[in-house]
Amino acid sequence: MEDISLHLLDVAENALLAGAGRIEIRIYEDRREDILKIEIEDDGRGMDEQAVSRALDPFYTTKPEKRVGLGLALFAQAARETEGSIKIDTEPGGGTTVRAAFRLSHPDIKPMGDLLATMATLACAHPHVQFVLDHRRDSGVVYRWDSESSARGKNNGL
Amino acid sequence: MDSDSKLKPEDLDRISKRMRQQTVLREGAGRAKVTVHMGTCGIAAGARKVMSCLLGLIDEQSVQDVILTTSGCAGLCSREPMMTVELRGHAPVKYVDLDEGKTKKIFNEHVVGGTIVADYALGMGSERVS
Repeated sequence: MEDISLHLLDVAENALLAGAGRIEIRIYEDRREDILKIEIEDDGRGMDEQAVSRALDPFYTTKPEKRVGLGLALFAQAARETEGSIKIDTEPGGGTTVRAAFRLSHPDIKPMGDLLATMATLACAHPHVQFVLDHRRDSGVVYRWDSESSARGKNNGL
Repeated sequence: MDSDSKLKPEDLDRISKRMRQQTVLREGAGRAKVTVHMGTCGIAAGARKVMSCLLGLIDEQSVQDVILTTSGCAGLCSREPMMTVELRGHAPVKYVDLDEGKTKKIFNEHVVGGTIVADYALGMGSERVS
């Protein structure tokens, strides 16, 4: 993957295949602490303990009947390459939240890429799923976009 | 880390609103459906650029009767980016090794014009998942 926004698209596509009706991507850059935090929260099927323990294994899938990708495994690898980490909170029927941390100043960190193209792709292909992008830097909001607010004409926080 | 986007945030609102208005099309009344394969392999090979290109063409030409959607890996990772074009009443056609130029040609000639672009087509039919 060339950049982080493509990883986010891949992880979100996997969440959609797990039945998510709402996906929220939260990005927080803390330049003083030299850390980039990314959270992807969905309300899909979630995973049991066994599935979680193997979720980052590229040779394991919870969806053997479907051809799905390596989204989480590659995302975790991208974080670890920057001395970062990844954590998955999930339970069956309770959705999944993936929390990744990247070292901002690490030479191997990938560029952010085109986040808006990622959101446009998701919103276009899945118009009845709610997508939220919340991008913050230090104490400021870079942008926040919510497809539900957009449908109601209330996305004025951009 | 800045996001290097050609899109503006307000473009997302417009895209989202328009796609929601296509509910009727998605329930089977659309003239054409274009599926961009968005597995890890497709994304890594450039499927999002294909999707963005299609979105731009739909916008520019004010096309109202085309459903644009995504699917997972089609099982032919080495030929990504791929998309499937399905005109109502016709078999789906799978296109492979796409870039922006090929995508534009396929959109104009097949999706809008109804003529298959044989040079870029892999064949007819859908992949089966057993």
